[in-house]
Amino acid sequence: MVNFTQITVKEIAKEVKDNCLLGIPADYSGVPMSVTIEIIKNNTKGLRLYCLPLTTIQGDMLIGAGCVSEIETAAVTLGEYGQAPRFQDAVENSKIKIKDSTCPALHAQLQATEKSVPFMPLRGILGSDLYKNRNDWSVINNPMNSKTNDEKIVILPAVQLDILIFHASKADINGNVQIGRRRELATLAHASKKVFVTVEEIVDEDFFDCELKAAATLSSLYVDGISLARNGAWPCGLTNCYEIDSNEMSKYAKSAKYQETFDEYMRNFIARNYYSNI
Amino acid sequence: MSEIFQSEIIISEISNLLRNDRHVAIGAASPIPGSAALLAEEERKNSDSKLKVTILHSQKFNNFTDGSRELFDASAQGRIDTFFLGGVQIDGEANINLVGTGHYPKLNKRFSGSFGSALMYFVVPKIILFREEHSPRTLVKKVDFISAPGISPPNVYRPGGPKYLITNKALFSFNAKDKNFKIEKINPEFTLDEVIKSTGFEFKTNENLKYFTMPSQKRIDILRNLIAPKVLNFYPQFAKKLWFN
Repeated sequence: MVNFTQITVKEIAKEVKDNCLLGIPADYSGVPMSVTIEIIKNNTKGLRLYCLPLTTIQGDMLIGAGCVSEIETAAVTLGEYGQAPRFQDAVENSKIKIKDSTCPALHAQLQATEKSVPFMPLRGILGSDLYKNRNDWSVINNPMNSKTNDEKIVILPAVQLDILIFHASKADINGNVQIGRRRELATLAHASKKVFVTVEEIVDEDFFDCELKAAATLSSLYVDGISLARNGAWPCGLTNCYEIDSNEMSKYAKSAKYQETFDEYMRNFIARNYYSNI
Repeated sequence: MSEIFQSEIIISEISNLLRNDRHVAIGAASPIPGSAALLAEEERKNSDSKLKVTILHSQKFNNFTDGSRELFDASAQGRIDTFFLGGVQIDGEANINLVGTGHYPKLNKRFSGSFGSALMYFVVPKIILFREEHSPRTLVKKVDFISAPGISPPNVYRPGGPKYLITNKALFSFNAKDKNFKIEKINPEFTLDEVIKSTGFEFKTNENLKYFTMPSQKRIDILRNLIAPKVLNFYPQFAKKLWFN
């Protein structure tokens, strides 16, 4: 018996409602691929993706499957496997709205929500075309500079996510989740109304009994539900569990070049029923 | 001496640019700068001026424990001496474009995005621009989209900025006051005239224009025996193609 809400991957996917603002973790911080496939099967529409700070195959798949209306990100790429083809096609043909950002701005907007302040200042950005295309960003004179009053600084709005889903290696018996040093997952969780996690395993211990483990833990305080999902990040990698699947990533990169071959790839992917077979 | 690859010559040249640094950070998709930084670290490991290298895409060589924002916080604090940025396009005033070509947002060709460039370019003292392809389509008169500007007016906080640009054909320095690049070194496989023809912007020429320095056999041995296996861990596709095919 566990002392937390244990649900299924399908149930997590149902929590992702049409048009919601969905938090997307980077490729290095636990990509919830098993849930992503269920979201695609549900034919969820109008998703607004908020990437911290970028996405790879997860974002590209959701876009290719027609689930996305908007994306706020610092990059979409398949890394060593090349550009993200469905993302490229969607932007070049105005199928989705893009809010181009930069990594520290995506962090700062969530940090503002963590502190429940309306905005956060950030260095840089001035003079870029990112700034010119962001109506929600603003610039002020530094109010703390008494010497001169014309030092400019950008301010960014607080952003609260509707829902965050990520994959992690372990949860404990009380629903605390091991995130290691991927502290950006804590930032995402703190700034999200709902948080669901898939894990490789649930272990019969409490991470708070050990100070070292506690420091690498996201407390159950921030978690609304956990599901077991073996290899739940595949074909992405998971630190200390498994490497990225190079063959599958290459296969995806090739298939995603055209919508028709992407559709065929997705039909095969779904038919394989990969995550439930393990 | 066995054949030396072009990529190894560029790695060696970049490594020379890190001579006085204390901490170099390597971002996304940067196998050549990453190899150069690890080479510099290895060569200085027994000296008094050690180099610290942070490679974000590695578990072992990532020194940060506070999530991916720590790179940007540490950079803003001045704790990183050198960082590398690339670009779909780079122009003569060192503006960089990582977003795409054509008229934004309906671009002709969309690329990945600006990553952390819009902060890093302002706060890291020595930014080295690295773009292997040296052609009129990558080095342009004016970029189609500014991910981060090369220079800023005095009322913008800017302790950092571009210092060098290195390509497969040449090494340039950047002068923020004069707002232009100057060619310092040239790949001996090309003539200055060929470099001028393949560059979309005008640049100055150092009176003492030098050739890329060929790495010594000792350096090549270090690179192939000690650095290549490390790179294989976090840039496997790159390392396999260059060293383990």
